[in-house]
Amino acid sequence: MNKLLSEFAIGESGTVVKVTGEGAIRRRLFDMGITPGAHIYFRKKAPLGDPIEITLRGYELTLRKAEAAFVEMKLD
Amino acid sequence: MEMLRFALAGNPNSGKTTLFNALTGSTAHVGNWPGVTVDKREGICKKGSESVQIVDLPGIYSLSPYTPEEVIARNYLLDERPDCIINIVDATNLERNLYLTTQLLEVDIPIVVALNMTDVLEKRGDDIDEQELEKRIGVPVVEISALRDTNVPLLISRAIEAAKTPRGATSVLKASRLYGAIENAEIAFKLAEVDSPLFHAVKLVEGDNLEVETHPKEAQAAKDFLAKNVSRAWEFGSDTEAEIADARYKYICEHFSPTLKRSRPVKKGELTRSDKADRILTHKWASIPLFLVILFAVFHVTFSENFLYLATIIPPFGELCAELSGTTMGAIFFAEGLNSPGAILFYAMDALTASIGNGILSVMESANASAWAVGLVYDGIWGGISAVLSFVPQILVLFLCFSILEDSGYMARVAFILDRLFRRFGVSGRAFMPMIMGFGCSIPAMANTRTLADEKERTATIRVIPFFSCGAKLPILTAISGAIVTFFGIGNAEIITYAMYLAGMGIALISLILMRNTTMRGETPPFIMELPAYHAPRFQNLMIHLWDKLKHYVEKAFTIILVSCIVIWFLSNFGWNWKMAESMNDSILASLGQLIQPIFTPLGFGSQLGSWGWVFAVAAVTGLIAKENVIATFFSLACALLTAAGSGAFSGLESNPELLAELLALLGSGEGSEEGVLEAVAMISATGATVPALLSFIVFNMTTIPCFAAVATAKAELRKGTFKWTLLFWLAASYLASTAVYTIGSWWWTAFIWAAVIAAAIAGVVLYNKKASQKEKRL
Repeated sequence: MNKLLSEFAIGESGTVVKVTGEGAIRRRLFDMGITPGAHIYFRKKAPLGDPIEITLRGYELTLRKAEAAFVEMKLD
Repeated sequence: MEMLRFALAGNPNSGKTTLFNALTGSTAHVGNWPGVTVDKREGICKKGSESVQIVDLPGIYSLSPYTPEEVIARNYLLDERPDCIINIVDATNLERNLYLTTQLLEVDIPIVVALNMTDVLEKRGDDIDEQELEKRIGVPVVEISALRDTNVPLLISRAIEAAKTPRGATSVLKASRLYGAIENAEIAFKLAEVDSPLFHAVKLVEGDNLEVETHPKEAQAAKDFLAKNVSRAWEFGSDTEAEIADARYKYICEHFSPTLKRSRPVKKGELTRSDKADRILTHKWASIPLFLVILFAVFHVTFSENFLYLATIIPPFGELCAELSGTTMGAIFFAEGLNSPGAILFYAMDALTASIGNGILSVMESANASAWAVGLVYDGIWGGISAVLSFVPQILVLFLCFSILEDSGYMARVAFILDRLFRRFGVSGRAFMPMIMGFGCSIPAMANTRTLADEKERTATIRVIPFFSCGAKLPILTAISGAIVTFFGIGNAEIITYAMYLAGMGIALISLILMRNTTMRGETPPFIMELPAYHAPRFQNLMIHLWDKLKHYVEKAFTIILVSCIVIWFLSNFGWNWKMAESMNDSILASLGQLIQPIFTPLGFGSQLGSWGWVFAVAAVTGLIAKENVIATFFSLACALLTAAGSGAFSGLESNPELLAELLALLGSGEGSEEGVLEAVAMISATGATVPALLSFIVFNMTTIPCFAAVATAKAELRKGTFKWTLLFWLAASYLASTAVYTIGSWWWTAFIWAAVIAAAIAGVVLYNKKASQKEKRL
């Protein structure tokens, strides 16, 4: 099942299918390792619901839901 | 022969600073990269067979063209061409760290990979086969521990060795279908005799902005080549940038990652010690209260005069403290109870400057120096120096606390917790920490904005930091609110003080919204940030950091701050006849105060206060040296009033003879009161200032140009050209805010006029933005 990273629930994980968006944000997502095929575990949300914390490639990354919405995922 | 020059490159949080310190020791010095406020560290390493110069590049994840750090690193490598790149790689986070390595390999400069934190890896039972990795990457790989200083000499000797043989660029993209286009572009660059042709070729095919702009001709050729030969690449909506990033990570996973042998497979959602700490520190409910507690602890350690509340909890200890605080030495350690480390250093510095001052005074007096010379040296120069020095201890303690929080990785969590809240004001969660630091002192707060990535966000944050009322502004607040309660017999001093703090924060947030929508307009910067594993801060790194800050501050103190202090001293002690004035009353500053008095009329302390009204203007000016001076000025002016007009000057106190007697006794004693309440009462009774006018005066001091030390810091931290606008902004903000406070306080219905003005301003901004964004779209 495909859905956006921003729609994930805590504890879910999946594989990156595609990264949309453009410019600096998109490039930043790539540079941080969010490329097609990368495996992502949705660890937690901030106290106010946003940003989110994910685990990928063995480290912790935080990003806003707005940016996570550029990442299309395939749910495990 | 010229010294070899090595560049240190690597991800943030990879131990780069620790390695740099291990390499260079005490030879390091910090400057700025040209044009930007990003630290540039340089030093000499003497650990190898010959001395080499080390340049620490900013911590980066990639050589893309978007952040100032990336552009600095890239330009340095391409334009300055160091003899060797030492690429530090965090072994516990191999994949992402090697991503940068794959880009560095494309530059034709020798590289040595320093595989850091292998000790942490071994503790986990994992191991990296570094010989195999070296074979696969094709450049020397040295396992090190920057923290324990293991293998650092070996690293430097292999780097020296590598630097002596030229290295051709290599790429991990050979398997990519884009490689044909890259090769084609590389040939074009080779023909044009450009250095590092492979690097430029890859960036060109990626469609990298910087590259396309500098080489438009080659860019067009590469585009045509792609369209002709690799059209399949576009078929399923992919693009070159994504494809190249993807190819790099795929190559790393296939070829480099297998050199890491794990003792056991990683389970999904497994918790490390750092994760366990995060379960509490970023917990849904506990995180914000915990953050507030940590913040309180920082201020408690820096400013408290009743450390850990020991004196309150253990009454006998409290009595002992009270007894000891009477002695000279005891006064340093005990005030209301045991002093906090910050307060102890503060009082120690205070005692030191006072005794040096006394020494100067007695030497000059015994040499029969003239009154003006004593005044210049003792009050002017030494007064200025000690005002500046008096900040140092607590600035450093505050700095130390926040450096510990930053180094340990907690600051990144603070940004994570609070980002949502602050996005509304157009800044990211990171901006919150410097603002809160402002409550302690604006100087470390402004310097700390370096953690903000976006230049406009940074400028806006620096501008509002003084509105978070600092420790030195507190005496103004307590004295005047105390005087309001004493003189008018209304209200509660604590509540007034508290309300004023809130007012300052409110003004800061309104200013932020306004700026981020107008002059400092810009998208809220993206927030894609690593949350590094927690680790204990490195003592050596902290001390080096503190030393840099101290040096910087003292340099400023002895130039711009000192000169400004002397000018103000001269103005407040000399008359127009160039002779020393009898009292401040006859000084140049006083007459200037009278001249500008009408300007303050809308603020409530201008022309309506009659002949003595200028005292408020003068006090605000002397506050520029240090905000504590505002109340000290009240005292000297009250003395001047008494000499000039007798007790009749305080006509407002006729109905309260007891208070008048108390005041006269104070003025006769020659020394101001501890809280400054009576001095403020004297000013109120002499001028007839109203409550709204006094509140407006507090707000004015809180939001206007901060002390010279903070101004100097702002000048150093701000981008060129924004500094004068910042000064203007402070003046305008304080003028408007105080006028609003005064008018609304005096005539409540003017609140509606202000509301209308604010509504009109918001409407104007919205309209302006619409037009501006339409324009941007058209472009």
